[in-house]
Amino acid sequence: MGRTKKEMDLLAASAAKKKRKGKIEFLYILPFILLVAVFSYYPLWGWVYAFFDYKPPFPLEWKNFVGLKWFKSMFENEVKIKQLLGVIRNTFAMSGISLLFSWFPMIFAVFLNEIKCVPFKKFVQTVTTLPKFISWILVYSIVFSVFSSTGAVNQVLQDLKLIDQPKLFLQSADNVYFTQWLWLTWKEAGWAAIMYIAAITGIDEELIEAARIDGASRMQIIRHITLPSILPTYFVLLMLNLANFLSNGMEQYYVFQNAFNKDKIQVLDLYVYNLAFGGGGYSLSTAISILKSIISLTLLGVTNKVSKLIRGEGFI
Amino acid sequence: MAEETVKKKELSERQLEKLASKKKPPKYKTSIGDKAISVITYIVYTFFAFVCVYPFYYIFINTISNNDLSKRGKIILLPEGIHFENYKSVIDLPNLFHAFEISVLRTVVGTILTVIVAAFLGYMFTRETMWKRKFWYRFVVATMYFNAGIIPWFLTMSNLGLRNNFWAYIFPMVVSPFYIVLCKTFVESVPKELQEAAELDGAGVLRIFWSIIRPVIKPILATIAIFAAVNQWNAFQDTLLLVTDDKLYTLQFTLWNYINSASSLKSVISSTGSSASAAATLAHAATTTSVRMTVTIIVVTPIILVYPFFQRYFTKGIMIGAVKG
Repeated sequence: MGRTKKEMDLLAASAAKKKRKGKIEFLYILPFILLVAVFSYYPLWGWVYAFFDYKPPFPLEWKNFVGLKWFKSMFENEVKIKQLLGVIRNTFAMSGISLLFSWFPMIFAVFLNEIKCVPFKKFVQTVTTLPKFISWILVYSIVFSVFSSTGAVNQVLQDLKLIDQPKLFLQSADNVYFTQWLWLTWKEAGWAAIMYIAAITGIDEELIEAARIDGASRMQIIRHITLPSILPTYFVLLMLNLANFLSNGMEQYYVFQNAFNKDKIQVLDLYVYNLAFGGGGYSLSTAISILKSIISLTLLGVTNKVSKLIRGEGFI
Repeated sequence: MAEETVKKKELSERQLEKLASKKKPPKYKTSIGDKAISVITYIVYTFFAFVCVYPFYYIFINTISNNDLSKRGKIILLPEGIHFENYKSVIDLPNLFHAFEISVLRTVVGTILTVIVAAFLGYMFTRETMWKRKFWYRFVVATMYFNAGIIPWFLTMSNLGLRNNFWAYIFPMVVSPFYIVLCKTFVESVPKELQEAAELDGAGVLRIFWSIIRPVIKPILATIAIFAAVNQWNAFQDTLLLVTDDKLYTLQFTLWNYINSASSLKSVISSTGSSASAAATLAHAATTTSVRMTVTIIVVTPIILVYPFFQRYFTKGIMIGAVKG
């Protein structure tokens, strides 16, 4: 009996020691937990501004509490509804085109893999991934240089007598969705393809060899072996794209926006920014952010569920 | 067993094929199709490569060509009237060098802190003894999935006194949940015995981290460092929202200003009375186009120089990311 008691004491002592050790370990990470709390959680408190009539230099006061006024004001009159609908249309168009062409990096990877000349393949891969690593401002500057009225594209088109007058690619409301998709694809596609190239490298060589012996053509191998083995990767990325449907980010559209294309290029993220820093609508802009966050989180939950149902695992 | 049968089947199929090829003429049809695919593939990918390389080349040849020709868009394939006045005069631009210093400083400081913190937290979150480890891990990782929005963030930064403050570039980026997840996954693959042995020898948490974990997870840290550095170098939104003091402008932001006010800069360059403008002919005088393009080349060059050497780290990064999904 005594011995067991001694053992129990020892156990309790070591448990207490362990607990103390665990707390000390926590102290090591505490500063970083605080950083996360301050920069990621504390801003959530700012959501209260959506329920007040907030004018920047003055502090919040209860007498300025307006309840759901800003949420209602979004649908108050026709002008506002029209504006919001325009922004939503732009967001849907930009994200929709991206979704529609989301197969492009996959096909890009599949046919890149068909190239047998390794140096050429490496070269293509290197130069097509590079644009991912330059900022949107640089992309804008580059696009502006190449597509401005005296840029290379207009010069060549004029030399070929395809057009008489320089075409204004950037200062116009025409084809904004398409051109924005083009810049985005130029920047991201090569990079996105790497993931598929990795998946293709993982395919069992013997499978392809066997198909070849059976007399399958390259197209048949691609259709029946390569594509089916990388479709799961495609599916995951598609779901992630869907989850981010409302979040196009603002940087790309911010740098490309001008007086001519504003009605077409203003996506939700940019609209929130323009509202806040252009018109001083802090509260309204926050209200829209909140709605966007809630819808986005719901989308994330739904796509994750769908992924769980189909693949057996989610991505969160 | 199964392998054998497969082999047998293959063999018999190969024999069948041989027999078949003896009977029938060789299948020209598929091989022509395959060849056509090859040719088309090469053409299409040459085009893709061209689309990615040419813009950089185009801007570069314009910066070293006769400015008058370049302004009228006549330089398309080869430089003409090569000179380097553009680079000389752009270096004299107000704030450009200072902005370069700020960009380098934030990239270096930001990257070092981000990497160390990601490694340390990634390691700490594998220590099962830690108080409420799972909760704190989720507390950090959850921040990947939500965002308070631009205004609440802006007000928070203002309240913390991080407007017009260099540390606004660093602090918000120090704890990056995604990098922490990468590090944690990597540390988990390190044999536990290594740590336990060190612990028995009396090494503390920090000691184990620095002398045992850090050397082992170096490959993933290299990848994270590259990503963090590119993020810092390219960051633009924080300057746009938080900084009005031109002493803290980054190179990206300065380029943005130059793009929007290239015409006024042109006059600055022409009026500073540098040796370049004294001898200014139409061919060498700065134009809005020349200023914009030259600064673009200056900002993009570090990335282009660094990129080929580190490409494998980039590639590795996305693979690890892919595993996590």
